[in-house]
Amino acid sequence: MSAGEMSVSVSAASAPASTAAHVRFSAVVLRVARYQARDVLRSRWLAVYGVFFLAVTEGLLRFAGGDARAILSIASIVLYVVPLVTIAFATVYLYSAREFIELLLAQPVDRRRLFFGLYLGLSVPLVSALLIGVCAPFVVHGFDDPTQRAMLAALLGAGAALTMIFTGVAFCIALWCEDRLKGLGFAIGVWMLCAIVYDGLVMAVVAAFADYPLERVMLALTLTNPVDLARVTLLLQLDVSALMGYTGAVFQQFLGGAVGTLVAAGALSLWIAAPVALGLRAFRRKDF
Amino acid sequence: MIEARGLRKRFGAGEVLRGVDLSIARGRVTAIVGPNGAGKTTFIKSVLGLARPDSGTLTFDGAKIGDDHAYRARIGYMPQLARFPEHMTGAELIHLLRNLRGGASVNEELVAEFGIEGELRKQLRVLSGGTRQKVNAIAAFLFSPELYVLDEPTAGLDPVSSGILKARIRRERANGRTVLLTSHIMSEVEELTDDVIYLTDGVVRYSGALDHLKTAMGETNLERAIARLMLREAAA
Repeated sequence: MSAGEMSVSVSAASAPASTAAHVRFSAVVLRVARYQARDVLRSRWLAVYGVFFLAVTEGLLRFAGGDARAILSIASIVLYVVPLVTIAFATVYLYSAREFIELLLAQPVDRRRLFFGLYLGLSVPLVSALLIGVCAPFVVHGFDDPTQRAMLAALLGAGAALTMIFTGVAFCIALWCEDRLKGLGFAIGVWMLCAIVYDGLVMAVVAAFADYPLERVMLALTLTNPVDLARVTLLLQLDVSALMGYTGAVFQQFLGGAVGTLVAAGALSLWIAAPVALGLRAFRRKDF
Repeated sequence: MIEARGLRKRFGAGEVLRGVDLSIARGRVTAIVGPNGAGKTTFIKSVLGLARPDSGTLTFDGAKIGDDHAYRARIGYMPQLARFPEHMTGAELIHLLRNLRGGASVNEELVAEFGIEGELRKQLRVLSGGTRQKVNAIAAFLFSPELYVLDEPTAGLDPVSSGILKARIRRERANGRTVLLTSHIMSEVEELTDDVIYLTDGVVRYSGALDHLKTAMGETNLERAIARLMLREAAA
């Protein structure tokens, strides 16, 4: 932080003579996002989150025997941990920021801008912690193989997408549910549904309808779960069928590598957009 | 400055505002008093556009309060609870608010009056509740707005700070500003306000000059005047 920002006394002359109504959309979004991101970045939990990835990546790079295997192990950890930490952290943060959000809403700013500012202010630090935690050990160890670079990029992309998705889901929960304990319960429930219950459901469907062609059903099922979708996108990219599981194998068999990746990535983008759109709608209509 | 006609608001099962009619005059200090859950905060939030009434009209300087947010540049709001992001500093909060108002010029007299320049450099989580409440007050008085909306402004402040804030409110009134506040402290209301609005169960029971209420009830003290008003309501 610069000394200029620390000092409270600011001369009016240094500021442009624009009124709030004329402040550009992106300007408001970025201002809110910047201050909020700064707050989030100072949180101890975010540091723990970043250090966790740092330690896991460093450990796996040293002991997993080969960068490719390390990336696969990191991927499976990212697919579990990122949704859980994102949804829990974001939900708790939003409940505790309730009064702050009210204060911001009482300023001459429209709700759309405020929403996107808050969304970025929360998701960008979470993505940064993941990126820095995973990338730093790779940078230190040196890392030249282009295929592995592509694998790492795919992993970070999937992690970033999951962060954006579950931050959006956290907004929906915090805006719909007034009770913070209930909201946190919902958040954990959503994660369990996506990360654990879903796998059991797939197994049950496969076992129960083993005699029927299930490919299309499985394809549809994957599209309903962002975590599975991220997993499939990632594994299609990494090209390791052994880890693809049932739905991943179906994806590859039906859509092939390139098309499959495209469809999965497209569906993942829709998954980012949907909670954001729903959250924005709730934010604009809510009585605070 | 503010006119409400037949304002209704329902939250879940309960109706919080049940046809509120009132007007708040420019250049005066108006206090909304009433028991907990009477609808004071909901009314204030409606004025700020935080909550939207189900029916009725609410105007600010003749313009209906709706989706246009520009009118809020003319309002300074001090919420009831001073809870801020934990790791933000008071100075950052002030900067953010200033940024959101397009770099409007700021009046920081209250910072000096409270003597908390040093505290503003600390993260808000390490500040005491009282100091946070001072930051809350500073945020409301920063932009010399036309209308101050203060929800229990002196709650949690020590007597000295409370006195500073009350002096500030009186000075703003002398400068022609309008103040709308809520309070549970009747002596404070008596000290500060010109007009009183008494709200219970989402309905306005009295709205008018403070002195008029006291003479009408035959009391010299606001607390007793309101008690008498409540008894009359109960008997009716």
